Amino acid sequence: MSDVQSLFEVRRAGPLALLQDAGRFGVRRLGVTQGGPADPHAWAWANRLVGNAWGTTALEVTLGGLELECTGEACIAVCGADLGATLDGETLPLWKSQRVRPGQRVVFAQPVNGLRAYLAVVRGFAAEPVLGSTACVPREGLGGLDGLGRKLEEGDTLSGRRSGATPQTGQQAPEDVRPDYAAMPRLALLPGAQIAEFEGRSLYQAFNTIWRVDDRADRMGVRLRGPQLRCRLGGMISEGIGLGAVQVPPDGQPIALLNDRQTIGGYPRLGALTPLACGRLAQCLPGQEVSLVATSRARAHDEYRRFLASFR
Amino acid sequence: MTSMLPRIESAGLDGWMVRLFDTIDEANMPWLTALVRRCEASFGDALVDLVPSYTTLLVVFDPLAMAPDDARRRLTALLADLQPDEQREDVGPRELPTWYDPSVGPELERLAERGEMTVEDVIKRHSQIEYRVFALGFAPGFAFMGRVDEHIAGPRLETPRRRVPKGSVAIAERQTSAYPLVSPGGWNLIGRTSAVLFDRHREGFSLLAVGDRVRFVPVSRAEFERLGGDTQGVEASQ
Repeated sequence: MSDVQSLFEVRRAGPLALLQDAGRFGVRRLGVTQGGPADPHAWAWANRLVGNAWGTTALEVTLGGLELECTGEACIAVCGADLGATLDGETLPLWKSQRVRPGQRVVFAQPVNGLRAYLAVVRGFAAEPVLGSTACVPREGLGGLDGLGRKLEEGDTLSGRRSGATPQTGQQAPEDVRPDYAAMPRLALLPGAQIAEFEGRSLYQAFNTIWRVDDRADRMGVRLRGPQLRCRLGGMISEGIGLGAVQVPPDGQPIALLNDRQTIGGYPRLGALTPLACGRLAQCLPGQEVSLVATSRARAHDEYRRFLASFR
Repeated sequence: MTSMLPRIESAGLDGWMVRLFDTIDEANMPWLTALVRRCEASFGDALVDLVPSYTTLLVVFDPLAMAPDDARRRLTALLADLQPDEQREDVGPRELPTWYDPSVGPELERLAERGEMTVEDVIKRHSQIEYRVFALGFAPGFAFMGRVDEHIAGPRLETPRRRVPKGSVAIAERQTSAYPLVSPGGWNLIGRTSAVLFDRHREGFSLLAVGDRVRFVPVSRAEFERLGGDTQGVEASQ
């Protein structure tokens, strides 16, 4: 492992900072969740700006409260939420690659716009894959720095791989790919098999209501508050749940299921948010307003395909 | 006999839900495992994940490698001449050595009272049945198995435990399972197995897979400890 070098010491860990590659795949039949970046758009851009391939391990910083001391020369990029990030007290520009030097401090304070920021370094953070992935899922005890699903803690060392070539800094993402997370998102939802089991009025409400993000929101799922949706189906026999599935438990308040969701479940579903809509929802703070917009399979597939094709 | 009426339903832009049955039945499982194998062979590198569960199979594919309509057509073709896996007579059920005792199975007595029987009867009714794995979920390697004898099919606890020890053998309604890792849980605990249900260093990771046949084999405390079982007690359910 001689090509690994220490890049950052964690001086303050904050509430939730997790290493994430693209996610853990092929093992969902064993009850293992997919993990991966809650916002794939920002994660993919952070990696791209430092020249990394799709799937490279980056750091997902939720809310802020993270303080890193640079211990090695590195080229970094931070994309996604504005968490008031600074480099030695100066505003750290987002969506842009830049060099950091030993002794400098990168600090993520608190949410200004959005909820999750992604910090990528050239060639990615070093971590041993577990079940094929470095994605950190504390609930399952899988992935992350120690392989045991531990979130970042004070005193941890983040290492990277020594890169041969001098990394290019000053790479910037175009303005039009940088979302304003404070704006109300219209979340694209592909209607699912149980859609016809919802009462007509509930269906109207689902797509014509301003929903509010509940404070029960995490990487497993985000609960939305609004009118009570009624479904003629009660419980169902548990079945596999895809990313973005919007399930409606008996209390009528929908829950959009994200990366760390349980692999099977038995509530009727309105359908599934597209992966990019999931990412957008994952940037919303509790209390923020969102709306649901029905989309077609062709349109959703086309949009996601273009996204993947531009990064993979 | 369970009747198969396959339907292919929308499950997001990169998934299809294949619904084979409408009711839970052990006889569903050879059909599901057969479809899993056929999907693996047919989708190749375009396959991302397969989640079989009770009556359905969720098929997740790479939308860059395969268009949704192509994936659907392929599934339709696979279903057209699907035959259930045959049970291999030479392969017995998976055996989970289990120490049934109130110290590690605090609901043994509750289930006995509820069913108006002795603790020994509860153990006998639980261990004499060969179960089938219907699904894995809730946690890595957690297998939902059935069907439990209706006389010992207790409802879930009103207040789930914050910490259920690893290996705990449990009942909820007509299903049984064993907890692969320490986790919260609301099932009735009746004993503990020394079997390692999930191991990241083992080929295949999970001891149990959907469709497997399973037996819980009663062992003494001494045998349980010899097999590496942990005898530490369980926190109170409240």
